[in-house]
Amino acid sequence: MTPVLAALSFPPIEELLEWKDMFGIPGFNKVALLCVLSTLIVIAFFLFAGRRRELVPRGIQNIAESTVEFVENSIIMQTMGPEGLYWLPFLLTMFTFLLVANLFELVPFIQFPATARMAVPLPLALFVFLLFVIMGIKRQGMGGYLKSTLVPPGVPKPLYVLVVPIELFSTFLMRPFSLAVRLFANMLAGHLLLVTFALLSAALFTKSVMIVLLPLPVAMLVAVTVFELLVAVLQAFIFTILAAVYIGEAMHPQH
Amino acid sequence: MRNLFELALVLGQQEKGFGALGAGIGYGAAAIGPGIGIGYVVGNAITAMARQPEAAGMVRTTMFLGIAFTEALALIGFVVFILLKFT
Repeated sequence: MTPVLAALSFPPIEELLEWKDMFGIPGFNKVALLCVLSTLIVIAFFLFAGRRRELVPRGIQNIAESTVEFVENSIIMQTMGPEGLYWLPFLLTMFTFLLVANLFELVPFIQFPATARMAVPLPLALFVFLLFVIMGIKRQGMGGYLKSTLVPPGVPKPLYVLVVPIELFSTFLMRPFSLAVRLFANMLAGHLLLVTFALLSAALFTKSVMIVLLPLPVAMLVAVTVFELLVAVLQAFIFTILAAVYIGEAMHPQH
Repeated sequence: MRNLFELALVLGQQEKGFGALGAGIGYGAAAIGPGIGIGYVVGNAITAMARQPEAAGMVRTTMFLGIAFTEALALIGFVVFILLKFT
């Protein structure tokens, strides 16, 4: 057992924290490249899909239209109502970008989700945070927005001492933080899971008798890969739907 | 009990031993609550869908929202695990 475990060398965590520069540009590492790549993929996808528009969609246009309809029906209509259709371009861009960035986790030879670094989800979450605060102030005015967020309706006056700080904390601190951490930690955990089982499979792929154990981590690797496909799509969906919920709530406080 | 204490001592001789121990126990503890919570959320969502299949779409969206909110706690636990274990 020991020689097998000795062969299993987990890469040092610094690999995840410090990335080598690419193309000789300081600060431009693999994650930045993946971000640029996923932006370009999204732009190219919609440009190609909209190049020759037909009444009966075929091929790539069909995929693009069902993506738009998915964001429209499953995200906006469920959370913001017909008025939220104004936000369709923003939410669609965010959903497709995150989807492509997450799916890089499973693409061979790339195998790293661009969203598994805090540098990618955090600005997006802060952007959503700014958007819903600005929308709330714009729609309800400064006082009205603070009142509708900090004081839930139907709370007796003495409880305000307790409720107002909690709501302040959960709305203005926890919301952007948890939005970013949810995406980041999900993708990082998925990446670590895949790395663990891939390394275990590679370590067991030896000439010794331990090779009889090889099917176990390989089966696990396949299962985790399928699970990560689900997680990648689901996390892009959840990030977008939470952005829609936050913006919709700032627009209509009574929901 | 004695064995656990000795284990802790041995780990303490290594530099990051207690950090790793705390990280493991901490993540395990952080996963309990969200596990129960997600169970409740999904269970009740299934009940609702079985009672009113025509509302399944809305229930599913709300279920994912509930899962996302509940899961955030476990994920913060995971981040703390990474921080304790590797820094």
